[in-house]
Amino acid sequence: MGKITKQDVEYVSGLAHLTLDEETKERLVGELSEILGYMEKLNELDTSNIEPTMHALEMTNVYREDKVQPSLDRETALMNAPDSDGEYFLVPKILDTE
Amino acid sequence: MEYEAVIGMEVHVELNTDSKVFCGCSTDFDAPPNTNVCPVCLGMPGVLPVINRMAVEYSVAAGLALGCTISRWSKMDRKNYFYPDLAKNYQISQYDLPLTYDGSLEIEVDGVRKRIGITRAHLEEDTARNTHSLGGGVSGVDFNRSGVALLEIVSEPDIRSAAEAFAYLTALKQILQYLGVSDCNMEEGSLRAEANISLRPVGATEFGTKTEVKNVASFSGTQRAIEYEIARQRAILEEGGAVLQETRGWDADRGVTVSQRSKESAHDYRYFPEPDLVPLAVDEAWEATIRETLPELPQARRDRFMEQYGLPAYDTGVLTADRAMADYFEAVVEAGAEPKQAGNWVMGDLQKLLADGDVPIGECRVEPDGLAAMIGLIDKGVISGKIAKDVLAEMFATGKAPGTVVEQRGLVQISDADELAEVARAVIEANPGPAGDYRGGKKNALGFLVGQMMKATKGKANPKLANELLQHELEKG
Amino acid sequence: MSAESYAWTAHEIRDAVTSGAVSARAVAESYLARIEACDQKVQAYVDVWAESALAQADAVDARLARGEDVGPLAGVPVGLKDLFCTKQGFTTCCSKILKGYRSPFDATVVERLADAGAVFLGKLNMDEFAMGSSTENSAVQVTRNPWNLACVPGGSSGGSAAAVAADECAFALGSDTGGSIRQPAACCGCVGLKPTYGRVSRYGLVAFASSLDQVGPLTKDVEDCALAMNVLSGRDERDSTSADLPVGDFTAALRPDAKGLRIGLPKEYFTDALGADMREKIEAAVSALEGQGAEVVEVSLPHTEYAVAVYYIICTAEASANLARFDGVRYGHRAAAAADVEELYRRTKTEGFGPEVQRRILLGTYVLSSGYYDAYYSKAQRVRSLIRKDFLDAFEQCDVIVGPTSPTPAFRLGEKTADPLEMYLSDIYTISINLAGIPAMSMPCGLTESGLPAGLQIMGKPFDEATILRVGYAYEQNRGLDMGRPAVA
Ligand SMILES: [Zn+2]
Repeated sequence: MGKITKQDVEYVSGLAHLTLDEETKERLVGELSEILGYMEKLNELDTSNIEPTMHALEMTNVYREDKVQPSLDRETALMNAPDSDGEYFLVPKILDTE
Repeated sequence: MEYEAVIGMEVHVELNTDSKVFCGCSTDFDAPPNTNVCPVCLGMPGVLPVINRMAVEYSVAAGLALGCTISRWSKMDRKNYFYPDLAKNYQISQYDLPLTYDGSLEIEVDGVRKRIGITRAHLEEDTARNTHSLGGGVSGVDFNRSGVALLEIVSEPDIRSAAEAFAYLTALKQILQYLGVSDCNMEEGSLRAEANISLRPVGATEFGTKTEVKNVASFSGTQRAIEYEIARQRAILEEGGAVLQETRGWDADRGVTVSQRSKESAHDYRYFPEPDLVPLAVDEAWEATIRETLPELPQARRDRFMEQYGLPAYDTGVLTADRAMADYFEAVVEAGAEPKQAGNWVMGDLQKLLADGDVPIGECRVEPDGLAAMIGLIDKGVISGKIAKDVLAEMFATGKAPGTVVEQRGLVQISDADELAEVARAVIEANPGPAGDYRGGKKNALGFLVGQMMKATKGKANPKLANELLQHELEKG
Repeated sequence: MSAESYAWTAHEIRDAVTSGAVSARAVAESYLARIEACDQKVQAYVDVWAESALAQADAVDARLARGEDVGPLAGVPVGLKDLFCTKQGFTTCCSKILKGYRSPFDATVVERLADAGAVFLGKLNMDEFAMGSSTENSAVQVTRNPWNLACVPGGSSGGSAAAVAADECAFALGSDTGGSIRQPAACCGCVGLKPTYGRVSRYGLVAFASSLDQVGPLTKDVEDCALAMNVLSGRDERDSTSADLPVGDFTAALRPDAKGLRIGLPKEYFTDALGADMREKIEAAVSALEGQGAEVVEVSLPHTEYAVAVYYIICTAEASANLARFDGVRYGHRAAAAADVEELYRRTKTEGFGPEVQRRILLGTYVLSSGYYDAYYSKAQRVRSLIRKDFLDAFEQCDVIVGPTSPTPAFRLGEKTADPLEMYLSDIYTISINLAGIPAMSMPCGLTESGLPAGLQIMGKPFDEATILRVGYAYEQNRGLDMGRPAVA
């Protein structure tokens, strides 16, 4: 752990698909450094023999049976679409084939 | 310098469940766009996944068939990346605790058997499909495939040639189809294969830089793509160059692999445990229950066919390629047919009729006991093998029993010695040249004369008797 | 009982409607008039459903007239935090990115309330995506504390708490990820319960941090809280994390004394960080409970000081994934004229998310990113185990743990928004409970010198909401103080 840099902020904003202006980046460098610095407190604790808690709940094996349930009708499925042709959700043309 | 290829395969197969892995939408392949969708598989706000028990059981079955260890404790994770085909912009997958791991698959190339290690087989969800053919500068997204259960099977880098890769895919598909857990239909996208390929000097233990080859639409395409990529890398290395680590797409039309831009600036998937699902705990009892449902697998069945029925290796390979075919063959034998004959008919004439008519064996109108009965008619001398071909074709077309076909068309074999002796004499008389040749010591002239007898009787002459009577008549006069 | 039914509790309304003393329609009209009179000032509602509320009330009256069962919440007017999915109206989480979004389904809890005869008055303001402690992060409006309109109502369920305090609904539904029910309940002087993780279905609750989020009620008194919990609790096959445990009747467990109960006081909660005024109120409440027969023991929750760090790692990590889906492809805001998908994502998210949401997404992305997972996320999950163990150990010595809900009463609007860390640290007493997954309730324990309510927090063993409610009820019946109601209109 350590101080967060502007490059770090740019890297995570890239992963999160957020665009930050210079001023915001500077502000976030300060804020995130302060918060992450505070989190270094956790290093005071030796947790090498502690199991992580994923859920506060101790449950396993919750399943549904393989039964087909009704789907939405297409009109409802597309009801909130910002752009659609009545069949597909539309997005700007995807060039990257991956 | 001599190089050897080091190849690992990543195969995704869609599991054959009726409903998707985290919601109740149908997995029907042919539905119109965005009709098999619900708030869950559209990733709408407020939804939660609930895992399909059958998808877990199919994954475990596949793992067992591949000799994998089944995790007593496993979990689902979120794999984070952005793409329009990914409803939640994370995929529910498995990261460090896959359902099954550490198995192997036996392949055979040019008569040599070899085991390919299976690193892991884990459960995840499929993505939507993007279509780029709508025009107008837009792409369309259809979420029908979003959330269909996928099994990702990762091999060890044990494959050394394109032919081995082909054999691996073939063997894997065969096993999964035997289990009934997937259709493994590459054209419909229910099986997708990617190959990680690198080269290293023969004898070296370290791996070279690998490329990942995608977008292959068939097993033979995979083989060609790998052959191409090996040659491409070898050319680079022989010139002293360095292979670039990248993803390359196979361009089937041009027969080349092409570099693909990466979709994320960096592949930083930020995996973490899926908090909306609880851990999967497949205990010994559950594993045993699933194990009991496993059918006999292709390799075991091949070995048994050789041992039990005395069939040659080639025949067993053909007969066991498809589980339904192998089941059919065994049903014919069960109904009383001699195995070798049964095998010949199934993999010969019947297979051809099925292929010509594009009929799956499950829909074949010739029942196994019908085929066995037909073979019985040959054995009893009622019909000849040649006539039987016509009988089978009619059985295939009409679903009639062999006895009915033979009776209705008057195809009963002539086994009356007096009647056939008369025909033999007439044939000898009509063909003095070959008859003379035979008498002069050219014994193979007999074949021609037998053929003439069959012709004269429209194929109904008992071939064995015709043979004997001809010889008798020729030698006597 | 007041002549105006908006001043009644939910159980009083239910009894009056069921007995025919008043019609469900009259109750709904009373509340709608109250909203009309007060909400200009309080700004709790982001959407009022007058027409459908009256129709629902009429339906209750009609069922009653036919002699049919009308349910345990017959005619009770309820407000919903704007992150519960409803087919009616919009579901926006008070974010620009979901402006105009219509859910194709109702949340499980909304279905359960409707089946119980409740009448929905509309959607309530909140911090955007439940991220905040003051409701100042709403993209829609600023809600004010009915006790002092210059103060915040707390958050993130600030609209829910303010609406209950101002009698703009009989009770409200909130969600609590790190205190978002209890802290605003404390700020506004109402009762707010965060149930055990898994007690109430999360299906249809727009997720903030999935391993911490719980749905719960904000009510005028403890009996209402028990009544609401009867309806909300129980296994839901659409939520894999909802517990398959018997629910029981929480109202039947209410008793006006605390005899035989052991109350644990965690020494880590009574430090200098706790304001003297607040401390005094809590100690008075504890004395009142002792007077009702409870035995008080000191307990220790040694890892309390690490809870804020653990919480902000886990909740931001989960949020960074949960909020990824808001990308302008299937629903919600889409940036205009983006040239390609990458630009569409970037501009949609940048325009659609407010500063606090963006900050948490970035923080969560950072702690999960390559090379940092072990140092932050994995470490936090391990310390989370220690925090959970603290509570389970403490519960070996007591039946409930009691302490403050927040270190200070409601602060003034704009007072804390500049410093995110300071804001995060004010969650100190509430977030451990979410990390441990246990239930806890905040209820009023008097007014501080500033005239603002103080909140008493009662924490219970996993799935033992019944004992929390019993202790709360015993205190409420015997606290010997009349807080009055805020004078809004
Ligand atoms: Zn679905």
